[in-house]
Amino acid sequence: MNTVYSINGPVVKVKNTSDFSMLEKVAVGEKQLVGEVIGINSDETTIQVYEVTTGMKPGEPVAGTGAPVSAVLGPGIISNIFDGIERPLRDIAAADGVYISEGAQVSELDTSKKWDVTLKVAVGDEVTGGQIFAACPETGVIEHRSMVPHGISGKVVFAAANGSYTIEDTIITVEDESGTRHDIKLAQRWPIKTPRPYKNRLPIHRPLITGQRVIDTMFPIAKGGTAAVPGGFGTGKTMTQHQLAKWCDADVIVYIGCGERGNEMTQVLEEFSGLIDPKNDRPLTDRTVLIANTSNMPVAAREASIYTGITIAEYYRDMGYHIAIMADSTSRWAEALREISGRLEEMPAEEGFPAYLPSRLAAFYERAGFVEPFGAEEGSVTVIGAVSPQGSDFSEPVTQNTKRFVRCFWALDKSLAYARHYPAINWNDSYSEYTDEFSEFYSDNVDPDFAPMRRRMASLLAEENKLMEIVKLIGADVLPDDQKLTIETARVIRVGFLQQNAYHKDDTYVPLQKQFLMMKCILALHDKALAAIQSGILFTDIVATGLFDVLVKMKYDIPNDEPERFTALEAQIEKVFDDRFAGVNGS
Amino acid sequence: MRLYNGLKSISGSLIAVDNVEGIGYDEVADIRLADGSLRRGRVVEVDKGRAILQVFEGTAGLSLENTRTRFTGRPMEIPLAEELLGRVFDGAGRPIDGLGEIHAEKYGDINGRPLNPVMRSYPRNYINTGISSIDALMTLIRGQKLPVFSGSGLSHNKLAVQIVRQAKIADEDGADFGVVFAAMGVKNDVADYFRRSFEESGVLERVVMFLNLSDDPIIERILTPKCALTAAEYLAFEKNMHILVILTDMTSYGEALREFSSSKGEIPARKGYPGYLYSDLASMYERAGVVEGSIGSVTQIPILTMPNDDITHPIPDLTGYITEGQIVLDRELEQKGIYPPVSVLPSLSRLMKDGIGEGYTRADHSDCANQLFAAYAKVGDARSLASVIGEDELSPTDKAYLRFGELFEKYFLNQYFDENRSIDQTLDLGWTLLSALPRTALDRVNEKLLDEKYHPEKLDELLRTSPQ
Repeated sequence: MNTVYSINGPVVKVKNTSDFSMLEKVAVGEKQLVGEVIGINSDETTIQVYEVTTGMKPGEPVAGTGAPVSAVLGPGIISNIFDGIERPLRDIAAADGVYISEGAQVSELDTSKKWDVTLKVAVGDEVTGGQIFAACPETGVIEHRSMVPHGISGKVVFAAANGSYTIEDTIITVEDESGTRHDIKLAQRWPIKTPRPYKNRLPIHRPLITGQRVIDTMFPIAKGGTAAVPGGFGTGKTMTQHQLAKWCDADVIVYIGCGERGNEMTQVLEEFSGLIDPKNDRPLTDRTVLIANTSNMPVAAREASIYTGITIAEYYRDMGYHIAIMADSTSRWAEALREISGRLEEMPAEEGFPAYLPSRLAAFYERAGFVEPFGAEEGSVTVIGAVSPQGSDFSEPVTQNTKRFVRCFWALDKSLAYARHYPAINWNDSYSEYTDEFSEFYSDNVDPDFAPMRRRMASLLAEENKLMEIVKLIGADVLPDDQKLTIETARVIRVGFLQQNAYHKDDTYVPLQKQFLMMKCILALHDKALAAIQSGILFTDIVATGLFDVLVKMKYDIPNDEPERFTALEAQIEKVFDDRFAGVNGS
Repeated sequence: MRLYNGLKSISGSLIAVDNVEGIGYDEVADIRLADGSLRRGRVVEVDKGRAILQVFEGTAGLSLENTRTRFTGRPMEIPLAEELLGRVFDGAGRPIDGLGEIHAEKYGDINGRPLNPVMRSYPRNYINTGISSIDALMTLIRGQKLPVFSGSGLSHNKLAVQIVRQAKIADEDGADFGVVFAAMGVKNDVADYFRRSFEESGVLERVVMFLNLSDDPIIERILTPKCALTAAEYLAFEKNMHILVILTDMTSYGEALREFSSSKGEIPARKGYPGYLYSDLASMYERAGVVEGSIGSVTQIPILTMPNDDITHPIPDLTGYITEGQIVLDRELEQKGIYPPVSVLPSLSRLMKDGIGEGYTRADHSDCANQLFAAYAKVGDARSLASVIGEDELSPTDKAYLRFGELFEKYFLNQYFDENRSIDQTLDLGWTLLSALPRTALDRVNEKLLDEKYHPEKLDELLRTSPQ
């Protein structure tokens, strides 16, 4: 029997054994804590333990399981809340009470619950890995499609009748070429650090629609894309993630609270079960999986939580769904890597982070993508990772390395947050590499003018940025009228368009069509005003019309379901200019 | 055999004992010196046959030969009972008020255990501190952790005392109020100031004090907040009390942790602090909260002094990432004579949005707060412009902002140490001051509310009746 030789926080060593393999799951100590083998050499094996090792003694037993750390994938995942190694927290609470104690032995998914299964294959059919063989309603909105595990193919020799089954019942039996029979159940295991395979990677072509104007219009994210949300504390990373989790048009949300606050997870639990998804009239929890490894829970499990989350996402992707993962925050995950690395006495690279930080980040973000799975036409995993830069300094290693692997960067800005401009996404520092890829989508689904208008708005903001340098030095009064207009229009864009109120019933989610119409009104006013100024009308007279302030408040004044009122608003702008300035500019 | 003679090595606060068996990670040991005196240590690393211990009182006077180490087989624990209230302990939880040992109802492991997120209740009940800046703009919620970011010489201690004095309301649900006060590396007279203030405001018998003063052993400092939080959790969740925990000064705690880490030869991360500083701080801050099945709560107000007033220093930085907001104090305001010198813009309470408004404070609270924040943000722009082109050259709007800024600081932020403002007074004052701005500048509020709240004549009256 192998025994513990030394213990240093979550790192445990075993001497003189060759029984373990890399990344194998092991049970450590009398309490059978969950651990993973992370290093092997000729005289010692290093294990990271996913639970608190207080009280563990050298000499306690260590047993291998013969399999890598894996997620159990099957019905019962959605609506659930797990810790970093997929143990349901509600079951732990039922067993342990208010606090989490180590060595909790609970099964990942409910093994007694019966699912209403409909078979998709019959005896005699040939099946291959990844093919859907049965389906059952998992929640009000998600149909769970069980797939033949990868690596198994052959002929179906037994198929159960449609009916109620638990995840432990055999649904079909497959006989492969060598004559071996495999009993296949509703649930299967998959090692969390191995990406699940797919047939083909498809080009990115559709945005993930979030209802947030600064994202959808200015810096869109693709279905199957990657985005990073860096920001110092108090800039609204978590708020942004919550908004996306609530409103984006993914089928399933995997929300990973990695090393963050316990109260935030409670908030998500409470809020999401109370919110009704307008698309299907069901609570948002019907499409959400929560993985909570809060900052005071064991650090090694924080590292695992990210992999558990993305494995679950890939599993639903393979059923043909579009998944969005919110990882809040990847910096805590990187710090967990650093902490373990420090305890292993590895040579540190930048700021104590291990040299393999970039490759781990890349491996994580590369698991995003828009693919053709084996059992469905298309599916995607979109990864949105929050980054918490130390000292709010974007030049630190995690932010910089993340930037290399994501195509969308929403930089949260302290000064915007201080001015309570939310979402505090800075339009000068942020970017999206997807904008060009979506021109066609916007043209087909919203309006052909969408992309050009977006560009105009961006350039107005850039121009304002330049002008503000001057204003800071000499004040706005000395600027010529057309530049004053640029500043005023940019103000309307900032306050009336980019700023969005998450607590307002309409403004919290704005459909693309309304975003476009708002943009159109702002630019129409700008054009009218510019023409008027060029024909000699004073800027102050134009401001006196009050139209700019009308546009600032249109997001509240015009409800989401009455887009026709924008036509009236445009007519109003037209009319005001005609009535007041007609004599002067001759229009 | 749990008793061992002699040590293998001594380095800093760490000692190594060889040829040991069955020693657990994190267990506590008694160490008897040659002269008969007793110290305590904790196992921080075990290899087969060797245990590394951290000695709380330091290793001065220890020798390799004549030291006897007895392992207790248990992690660090403190006795818990209701009679903790009113008592004073040292940083490692030993009574120092001469009133004898605690008759323990039970013993609590000071490391605590993580709260299961599904067993937390989301905190919603606000605590009226009677301080306008906090109540209106960064409302404190029961079960929240809201640190005060301060600097050396600023009035954070005074502010903490005022919060304790004014927040001492018994709840309608009958839960009692109590304070757990943990001092880490603070000066003797600061600890004394707190003790006297608690006494004067008549809460002393509801206060548990854990004092690790600046001349006490630095290693004990690492235990102090953990002892305090263990006591707080017990009183809150088992005795159904509303406990306000004041931890001061977290910077000293962080420095003690750094010293300990470097003496163990660990690889440092930023500014020499250990890589696990975030996890370590989180393991304490996350012990705030409200749990299902108990009417009590643990609310934390950690106080930390930012070295060189630098908010990006690792201790305030990591703290800000864990806590639910922060109250930032500002030297410039302090120099202007504003008390409490709360710097409004970087301050924030993350939980306030769900604990204010109708049914909690007042329906117009969030509008008032948002507009005050937005308006005060513009004050900064106007001021920096004025410093370049001179006040006279400013546009009328910018001039109005300058005036609003002055009035806001003088009348809203500024208040007396014994002035306890109700939430109605605070919000009304906020609206009155906003009336110093042109009505069109109040763009965060709808017209209907403005009709009701925008009254420049009230401002004139305020200036007439209380020219501060």
